[in-house]
Amino acid sequence: METLQVRDFWNNALRDLGKIGVAYIMITVGAWLVFMILIPQLIMLDYSFRPMLALRDIGGPKDVWTLKNYLVFFTNKLHMAIFFKTIWSSLIVTSAALAICYPIAFYLAKVARGGKVGLLMLGLIIPYWINELLRLFAWQIILADSGIMNQLLIFLGIIADPINFRAGNGAVVLGMTYAYILFMVFPIYNVMESLDRNQLDAARDLGASWLRIHRKIVIPYAKPGIAVGCTMTFMLAAGTVAAPQLLGSPSSFWFTQVINTNFECANWNQGAAYATLLMLLCMIFMFIMLKIFKVGLKELTQ
Amino acid sequence: MKSSKSIFRIVFGAYLALFFAYMFLPLIFMTIIAFNANEVPQITPWKGFTFMWFGELAKDEQMWNALLNSFIVAFAVVAISVPIGLGGALLLTRLQFKARDFVYGVLVSPILTPGIILGISTFLFWDSYMNVPGGLWTAILGQATFITSYCMLLIMSRAQRFDLTQEEAAFDLGATHGQVFWKITLPFLRPALISSVALAFMQSFDNYNTTLFAIGVEQTLPIYIGTKLRSFISPAMNALAVVFIALTIIGAITYEYRRRRELIKTG
Amino acid sequence: MGQDVNLADVSMRFGDFYAARDINVHIEAGEFFSFLGPSGCGKTTLLRLVSGFMDPTKGQIKIGGKDMRGIGSNNRPTAMIFQNLALFPLMTVTENIGFGLEVRGVPKAERIKKVEELIELVDLQGVGNRKVSELSGGQMQRVAIARALAVSPAVLLLDEPLSALDLKLRHHMRAELRNIQRRTGVTFIYITHDQTEALTMSDRVGVMSIGKLEQVAVPDVIYNNPATAFVASFVGETNRLQGTISSIDGEYAVLNTAIGQLSCKNPQRLSQGEDATIFIRPETVFLTKESGAPNLLTCGIKNLSFEGAYAVVTLKTEKEQLLTMRLNNDGTAPRIKTGDNVKVTFNRENAFVLKNGDSSSA
Repeated sequence: METLQVRDFWNNALRDLGKIGVAYIMITVGAWLVFMILIPQLIMLDYSFRPMLALRDIGGPKDVWTLKNYLVFFTNKLHMAIFFKTIWSSLIVTSAALAICYPIAFYLAKVARGGKVGLLMLGLIIPYWINELLRLFAWQIILADSGIMNQLLIFLGIIADPINFRAGNGAVVLGMTYAYILFMVFPIYNVMESLDRNQLDAARDLGASWLRIHRKIVIPYAKPGIAVGCTMTFMLAAGTVAAPQLLGSPSSFWFTQVINTNFECANWNQGAAYATLLMLLCMIFMFIMLKIFKVGLKELTQ
Repeated sequence: MKSSKSIFRIVFGAYLALFFAYMFLPLIFMTIIAFNANEVPQITPWKGFTFMWFGELAKDEQMWNALLNSFIVAFAVVAISVPIGLGGALLLTRLQFKARDFVYGVLVSPILTPGIILGISTFLFWDSYMNVPGGLWTAILGQATFITSYCMLLIMSRAQRFDLTQEEAAFDLGATHGQVFWKITLPFLRPALISSVALAFMQSFDNYNTTLFAIGVEQTLPIYIGTKLRSFISPAMNALAVVFIALTIIGAITYEYRRRRELIKTG
Repeated sequence: MGQDVNLADVSMRFGDFYAARDINVHIEAGEFFSFLGPSGCGKTTLLRLVSGFMDPTKGQIKIGGKDMRGIGSNNRPTAMIFQNLALFPLMTVTENIGFGLEVRGVPKAERIKKVEELIELVDLQGVGNRKVSELSGGQMQRVAIARALAVSPAVLLLDEPLSALDLKLRHHMRAELRNIQRRTGVTFIYITHDQTEALTMSDRVGVMSIGKLEQVAVPDVIYNNPATAFVASFVGETNRLQGTISSIDGEYAVLNTAIGQLSCKNPQRLSQGEDATIFIRPETVFLTKESGAPNLLTCGIKNLSFEGAYAVVTLKTEKEQLLTMRLNNDGTAPRIKTGDNVKVTFNRENAFVLKNGDSSSA
């Protein structure tokens, strides 16, 4: 029965797309799948399980599989602290972005009228056409010791000496929230757009308060969008190097920077292991999100 | 009832205004600073209006080199991502097989993978096993890994709305597979293909995370900016930002203008 | 010129489901042949088998005497008109019609000439440069026909092409299609669920039930001498009564039914004692004043529905059986109204008894 299905598959494929078509698809997707998606990932995994060796030792007796690289992580208090701090800060970024973007998405989807929507969308998208680094740079300037933020606060008499925003995570979190707002707005907006306005009007008509309407109607409906938005934002926050590099300081090291340091010191094996840990983190987070919001893996449009 | 509604309106209006101020003010500051003759990029103290930072930017060889690399990488990424994305879209929309959902998940996974991991894995693979040292080639492949996924999704959404009986009719009238694809299917997919090219180009040009880990010692523009910003801050970077902002505004105006013209044309 | 089409023992299986089973039919060259049947009876499947979109799981299809197995739809001498027409939306009318010629490498000058001829044939002058989305339903139909004829097919396959049109346009198109077929001599294979269409347009009709070909004959025979119970009840209105054959008399039989003994023709030569169904067409039932005629029924008029050219009368027999009668408005019918008691009868020539089979609920 199995071979019959396989033969049916090939017959139908050839009938539909022709020999060249099928070959084209198989070759391109195959190359992509194997050489760009699977193999590099497996190699990174492989690296993570091998010790760092001098060139001449590779392939020799010292080249064994080992968990050493991972154990290093679990015994290194500093690295673990950084890891958890990264998670925590990313969660903050995600929550902040969600809180800020939810009303905006709702407004765009349900309240604003036609022409306005286009304009507002443009207003949202335009900043994102400017390179992320430059936008973070903007915050670098604003939050500098002689920056506008400090000058404003001193001017208002709230503080006497400039605050070093870069110590601690504040600047990084702020910068990231700024950088990833679009990724939170759009998924939520997309889902909300398809919500029938009449439902809201009907609920209003029956006397429900806005709070209740949101809690009982809008949020459940928008769950897939919220899940996607949160997942993307969290993964971007946890996995980015730019913001921590520009807005952070040695005391606010991000986990990705730890990985980067490893690579700069040519300890690729350690770096690979840490990278794998990061990947696991993201996968687990995504899993949790899917479970909480009971969403399938299909929701991905941008 | 009515007054609470208008209070709500005012509050929300203020929120909206605050939000867009939050989004745009940093950019406005950036622009102003680019014209300040102060070596420290700040608005105050204001040391006079000048174009000198633009001059300094233009003299920076490293910047031009990085810019060139960015273009090279972007073009290469487009050349790889769009055709493969098309292949993926055709695979998932036209062929029926049991593992379809699984394959879909795997092909879309690069989007969900943190950029640095794509960069690292690509680099390790090509540097260690294929003897291609980190550079433009690895950056291209690292970027293409996930940009292809985006292209595939874009093309898929268009391909799914394709009426297959048109292909059957074309066949029936005597066309070969090649002719059917070229004359019927491709013209239909064209808008999605064009969007893919634009999307791929922009995503590649802008990419930092993946490129950083995959590119070794070479530089694309974002890498250059990152390095510069970490070492020595100069208003020349502001000048660069202004260039970006100007291009973006021109792009946005052109886009909006064309869109309005299309609407008028189709009435 | 048209070629003949032969289906020998053709079956099409999808898993456990037979879309078509043991189909045997020979369609003459230049014939207008229709497959008639309810939705899901397999007629579209047959069309797709002939056109080459799939090969039958069993059996042989020959066009012009040549076996078509393994030959794809782009290499068969057939052209199809799809139910949704499948015109190319991004092309103009001329480009659509000329498509088949273009892919065959016909030089441009020749192509233009041929397209113009076809535009004349289907009466579409003046719209050549329009995009197909700007056309009316009838115009799109004609583009589809012209496009198919452009490749000079030996067999033209039409998949319920008129079902989306309004009534008047449909009548008009029926005549046009018939005309085109006569002028070009191409073999037409037409599928529809509309019996009037099939009966008025075709040289011969093949009636299909689920996957099976019930009868192939000229329209007259299909209507007046249906071979099976399915055909009898699917085509045309009919009164249907179950019964047992009580006696046989040469070509005729007498059926013992709930409302009495009815005598009729016995085309299947059923024997005494067999269970069967008698079919009586409403227009063959008439009022009578005589008594003692065979097939005499006394009924009350339950309902009288005046439909213009004729009236449909619903009769109720003494045994509570309902019958339909059709009275032509030719001035000879006596004035009757609901509630009257009348005597009706029918000629045994016009009724027939058939073996019980699956009959459509149409």
